[in-house]
Parts: sequence; structure tokens; C-alpha cells
Amino acid sequence: MTQLALVIDLNVCVGCHACVTSCKEWNTSGSAGPMVDQNPYGVDPTGTFFNRVQTFEIGEFPNTETLHFPKSCLHCEDPPCVPVCPTGASYKRPEDGIVLVDYDKCIACKYCSWACPYGARELDEKQQVMKKCTLCVDRIYDMTMVPDDRKPACVKACPTSARLFGDVHDPESVVSKAIRERGGYALMPEWGTQPSNHYLPRRKAQIRIHVDELERADNPLKVDGLLPKPGKNEPTLDDATTW
Amino acid sequence: MHPAFSVIFLTTLIGAGQGLFLAMFTAQSYAAFNLLPQPDGHAFYAQGSVIVLVLLALGLIASFFHLGHPERAWRAAAKWRTSWLSREVIVLPAFMGVVFLYGVAHWLDFRPTLMTLPSGQPVDPTAILGVAGTILAFALFVCTAMIYACLKFLQEWHSPLTVLNYILLGGASGFTLAAAFATATAPQLVSFFAGWAAIITVLGLIGRVASLYRNARLKPKSTLQTAIGVKHPQIAQKAQGFMGGSFNTREFFHGKAPQVLRSIKWLFLVATFLIPLVLLLAGMSGAAGILALAFVVQYLGLLAERWFFFAQANHPQNLYYRSIA
Repeated sequence: MTQLALVIDLNVCVGCHACVTSCKEWNTSGSAGPMVDQNPYGVDPTGTFFNRVQTFEIGEFPNTETLHFPKSCLHCEDPPCVPVCPTGASYKRPEDGIVLVDYDKCIACKYCSWACPYGARELDEKQQVMKKCTLCVDRIYDMTMVPDDRKPACVKACPTSARLFGDVHDPESVVSKAIRERGGYALMPEWGTQPSNHYLPRRKAQIRIHVDELERADNPLKVDGLLPKPGKNEPTLDDATTW
Repeated sequence: MHPAFSVIFLTTLIGAGQGLFLAMFTAQSYAAFNLLPQPDGHAFYAQGSVIVLVLLALGLIASFFHLGHPERAWRAAAKWRTSWLSREVIVLPAFMGVVFLYGVAHWLDFRPTLMTLPSGQPVDPTAILGVAGTILAFALFVCTAMIYACLKFLQEWHSPLTVLNYILLGGASGFTLAAAFATATAPQLVSFFAGWAAIITVLGLIGRVASLYRNARLKPKSTLQTAIGVKHPQIAQKAQGFMGGSFNTREFFHGKAPQVLRSIKWLFLVATFLIPLVLLLAGMSGAAGILALAFVVQYLGLLAERWFFFAQANHPQNLYYRSIA
């Protein structure tokens, strides 16, 4: 089974909001109709977004760290928002695991937004339907685009490549490798929603070199003579070349 | 959560309607076993059914104001296998239909004996409709309450007490209404209804205080640490991602000071339970004005109770919206 998802590297996110604007630009121009902007130039602007970037400060001044935190629908494997929907407008696609809303069936009872612990769903106040990240479902399968463009708009927009896109059920995909090798984690694991989107933690920008990395660990007895003897025409620098 | 008045009116109005129906059929059952005098079918049961239907219809109308697309409301019956909201959408009209037939049967005095119980009591269509209506009334209480109780991360709601309180509070207001209604249509039943209304009000008080006690001691499962996955004791939000509001800041916050919340808690405890209890005991002898006042005060108290029920629920998504910048 395929489960498409995003993996967001918090170590390189710089909080530029390019993913937010790119998401809004792509999705407000789509066939599903615009995402409302109310009072955009007034005192209290508001509107519907699929993606937000929040900023947190960790620690106590002056020993603080700034964390920029992009937040969108996590496309849970067990989405609590789907079974509560009375009309079936909210559904999870079996073929690729994307959680979508059928805007023609939604009655805007807002129950799904209550049932999402992450606050990933936002009501479109003008269209009066519930909206959320679609993983750019109208983009990733668009065969008129070159394969490299068949990715969510936020992934394409990220200047630091903090956003990875792929199938988290395929152990060899770039997202699965990132989760496996760089400590990817899910948000609010306590509710058992099994979010498909994962986050890669902040990493310390220090290199720690251990002694055994400076010494040859594969020759502890320092007996070079036991190594196989290279041929006459082979190069002899065993660390720089191969024989 | 932000309390929506459409849902507050829906749950309190249909609760009172269900309670009134249960009160009427309780009286009919007692009368069938000759424990109570049989009231006049036209005046009491038929008119009472009209009141039940009006309350249910008003609740139904109120619920439409909650929807962004009320013209699509019929679709809400689709997912009854998984959604308690869908089940409520099915059970409410079914209950209204049975109440309508129950009222019509009493109005026409359509009471041929269909069978006889082993103890000798005759069973007529109104009894069968009454049993069906009772089952549907309880099913509707369970559906309405489970809409809230099934959301496991809204810890204030995720408790059997939620279901119990919807039943008890709806029952209390319905029996109080029955007592007030009986002063005009079945004076011999007033003390019966007022007595039961007082008992259910006391039970409701116990259930509601138990849920307040439980909620005051809840430890939130989600923290800012699990919300963003950073294991540091000191995290402060510096930006929400926007300067104005969003759906997330409007729908999930009641926006009132803690003092307001506390005042409304004491207000509903006094208005839903204490004052009606005193008035019910005072009006036991059949004082119409006092019993009508008891219902009005209790209903207004229930509006405050339901407001508090929604406002008290703390949604974990609020962890992401702690400060506006």
C-alpha cells in the first residue's frame, strides 16, 4: 500500500513561509475554487490556508534555540476526522493514503475539525466547506508536468529542501530513509492517529571526532605485513586508492 | 471550544422534548398498572405530544444554523456506521415520527387491545408506540452525547458521565415541563411529575458535579512538547504563522476570562438544580405558576450548563495557538 506523505526537516527550515505562499498560490488557483481571503488589507485579515509556519523559542534567554515549525494536515494512517464525518465528505484514499474532503458533499458541520487533534482543518468561510491540505493531489498526478514538478507546491517552493515528499510505506523511498536515518518522529503520538507526515529533529551543528576515527580501527595490532601484498603495477597508498 | 448557540439550543430543546415524552409514557405505564389515575388522552397525551414535537422541531431548526450548507443536510444520514452525528440525524426524525403517531393514536383514542400481558393488562397501540418512542428517546440521548463523548482527545467530554448527564439533564427538564403542563391538563399527576422531576434533578446534580470534579483533575495528555516533538521543558511560542485570526483561533477558544467561566459554572449549578428543586417542592401541590417558573429557570440554567460544557473542553490544537504575534 502506498502512503504519500511529507517529511519536514526542522533542522534546515528557516521559517521563510515560502511553502505557505506557494501552497496558497497553487491551491487558490485550482479547480476546487479559491481559498478565501477576508479583509486582506484591513485591520483583522483572515483567510483559509492549508499550511502554516509557526515559530517557537526553546530554552531560556540567552541559551535559546529558534524552531520554525511548518504545520499542515498529517494525513494520518488512522485519521480520527474521517469516521466522524456524517456525510462521507471526508475520506482517505485507499490507493495513496491522502485524506481529502469532497467539497460537494461537505455540509460544514465542523465536526471533523473538532475531531482533529492537530487543528489541521480550516473552514472556508466564504465557500462554507471544510478545507485542508490535499498533498497537491491535482499536481502530483498531472502527467502534463515533467516528473520533477509532480510534487506538492510546498516541496517545490522550499529553498532549503526542508520538505521531502514520497511514499512512507516504501522502505527505500527518500522519505522512509530520512525517517529511519535521521530520527523522524510523529506529532502527538499519544492519540494513536499514526500521522504519515514526519518531522526530522533539530541537530547540533558540531562535529565530534572520536579517537578511533583518527586511528585505523581495522588494524589494531599495527601489523601491516599481514595485509595482502599489492601487485607490482598497483598503486600502493592503501587509504587513497584501491587495489 | 467556542460554544455555538445553534448546538446549545439543539441539545437543550430536544433534551427537554425527549424528557417530556419519557414523562408522559412513564405516567401512561403507571396508569396501565393502575398505580396512577388515567389522565384524559386528548388533553394530556395528544397536546403533550404536540409540545414534544414543537421542542424537537425547534431543536432541529436550531441545528440547521450550525451548518454552512443546510441544503445538503440530508446527506448527513449517510455514514451511520461510523459517525454518531449521522446516527443522531437518523434517530431524531424517527423519534419525531413515533411521537407524532403516539399523539395521533391518543387524539383519535385508537386503543384496541392488541394483546394482553400475563398479568392481565391490555396492550394497545399507544403502549407499543410509547415503548418504541422510549427506546428512540434514549437512543437519541446516547447519540447526542456520544457525538462529544467519542472524541477521545477532548478529555473533558470523553467520559461515560457525558452520556449520563445528557440523559439526566434532558430527563430533569422534561419531567419539570411535564409537571408544569399537567397543572392544566392532568392535575392529578402534578405531584407525580414534580416528585420525579425533583429526584432526576438531584441525580443530575450528582452526575454533573461528578463530571466537574473529574474535569477539574484532568491531566492533559498532550503538551506543547508532544505537539511539536521537542523534549525541552521550556518552550514559548513566538509566532502562530499569521497576525490576524484564523478558523483555529475562532472555533476552539471561548475567548472569555476564567472569572466568567467560573461565574457561569455557579450560575448553572444554581439555576439548573437548586432553584428548580426548591420550586418543584414548593409547587408539588399544583401551583401552575411556580412549576412553570421552575421549568423556565431550569431551561435557562441548562443553556448556561451547555455553554459551560462546550467552553470547558480544551482542544489539543490550542497548544499550537498559545500566543498571537
